[in-house]
Amino acid sequence: MAGVITKKVIHGVYDDEVPLLEACKKLKAAGIKIKDVFSPFPIHGIDPIIGVPRTRLAICAFIYGLTGCGLATLMMWYMMISDWPTDVGGKPTWAYFYNVPAFIPITFESTVLCAGHGMAITYLLRCMLVPGARAKNPDPRTTNDKFLILLELPEEKTTEVENLLRTAGAIEVNHKGTVTEKLPY
Amino acid sequence: MSNLNFTFPQKAKTVTFALMGVGLVSIIAAFIFDHPAEADGHYHHNRAWANIFVNCFFFMAIGLAAAFFLGLQYAAEAGWATTIKRVIEATAWFLPWGLSAMMLMFILGQMGVHHIYGWMDKDLVAADPMIQAKMGYFGIFWWIRSIAYMVAWGWFTWKLRKNSMDADNTTSNDHHWKNVKLGAWFMVIFAVTSSTSAWDWLLSIDVHWFSTLYGWYIFSGMWVSAITAMVLIIVYLKKLGYMEFVTESTIHDMGKWMFAISFLWTYLYFSQFMLYWYANIPEEIIYFQQRWEDYKPLMWTVFFINFACPMVILMSRDAKRNFWFLMFVGIIIFVGHYLDVVMIVMPGTVGHHWTGLSWMEFGIFAGFLGLFLYVVLNNLTKRPLLVKNHPFLQEALHHST
Repeated sequence: MAGVITKKVIHGVYDDEVPLLEACKKLKAAGIKIKDVFSPFPIHGIDPIIGVPRTRLAICAFIYGLTGCGLATLMMWYMMISDWPTDVGGKPTWAYFYNVPAFIPITFESTVLCAGHGMAITYLLRCMLVPGARAKNPDPRTTNDKFLILLELPEEKTTEVENLLRTAGAIEVNHKGTVTEKLPY
Repeated sequence: MSNLNFTFPQKAKTVTFALMGVGLVSIIAAFIFDHPAEADGHYHHNRAWANIFVNCFFFMAIGLAAAFFLGLQYAAEAGWATTIKRVIEATAWFLPWGLSAMMLMFILGQMGVHHIYGWMDKDLVAADPMIQAKMGYFGIFWWIRSIAYMVAWGWFTWKLRKNSMDADNTTSNDHHWKNVKLGAWFMVIFAVTSSTSAWDWLLSIDVHWFSTLYGWYIFSGMWVSAITAMVLIIVYLKKLGYMEFVTESTIHDMGKWMFAISFLWTYLYFSQFMLYWYANIPEEIIYFQQRWEDYKPLMWTVFFINFACPMVILMSRDAKRNFWFLMFVGIIIFVGHYLDVVMIVMPGTVGHHWTGLSWMEFGIFAGFLGLFLYVVLNNLTKRPLLVKNHPFLQEALHHST
């Protein structure tokens, strides 16, 4: 069929993260793109090896934090200074600046609240972990004690890659049918 | 593995001795130039003595907090810090020097040589019913407590260090598990004594005032100073070509500690300030009023450089992995926390005679810094820079976040 490419799906299954990392390095050296890796726990230092770019969540957190800080300041200024000045303990009611120490705790809490919730919501949406989302694990054993490399390859490369996965210590190499991909032209 | 045996470079030796020389000259000069200008019965070289006391406490506290950090790693059974454990131990082993210096200051105070503690002065106590009411807590009971802290801290630090050294000559993990237990007990004891010692040794300078948050505030300050000192020593050793086994992630984690504990300090400093500011009760607010009137530039400097610098400069991941940034921020907040101790001690001892920071503060600081660096670097030469036998050694060598 014109404009469509068919690829083989291959699962390389490991029982430890060390041989998995070794396999990832070898695949990368052989110029093969790793579709994804599934693991029961986060593997430290895997991101640069399988080519996952640095997360930008920290930048988001900073922006959410600034938003929270600004919103809290605006709210307290409006409530306590502008709209209804209240004399609390004889502190000056006519200027935000002279009351700053009293407002710091709320500013801090609001900053943390917005940064924390913003980060969590952004993360969940970015990963599409919305209510009703289905688990994407290709093999349920990766939630227990197995580690899996997911590859999508052209037909002619499968033998080479299978050997590569096995020499790196794969306990299983499973062929899981094919996927079709539309070419951009 | 490359060279594990640190040799004290001749250049560093010269620098530390030069610093000690500067300190000695400053101490002598301080006693010559700092004499009571006005006829004030209780001002006898107070500023010189207070400066020496500030330095005794600041550097003793670094040793103490390093010992605490060492115990904490054991109690938490943390593996990441195993590669830098020798640096923690070497820093902690400044403690005997620091505690000896503190003890010397206490004895001189009780003999009436200096007037840092008002309650040690019999005439002052006789004229002040408020201090008389507190004398059950000070006096002999204070001395028993002070000696107990010193013995307990000294023993734990010595034992933790000794077990770690003995473990290298064996292949079993027995010494490690002993240290886990010791570390846990040290945490329990330190939790109480860090607060009470801060009340006894620093808060009692302002003998009429009281604050329950004070212990934590002092503790967070000493903790961040110790972390910073250790980061600077590790960076120095790496620049000399030692400790290539310390991974970038371990450095990053130390950077995180610097960042996090700076915030802990700011949080406690501000919490203490805000409650007194809000309540505005005369007998309580006097502590801050005195600082606000005679020490305002210092108060703001301390707050900003210990809060804003680490926040702005160390926030990003890359900065925490960059030696230049770590050195820059480290030196700033190290001096910042020294100035914090200056601000704690001076108003209660020098009071309105204060004329702003001068050569006295920095000269005497240089002297004690020289001694501290000499002792710590000398401790490092005594043993290999990497532990041989530790159950978490492999974890630390491959530490990656």
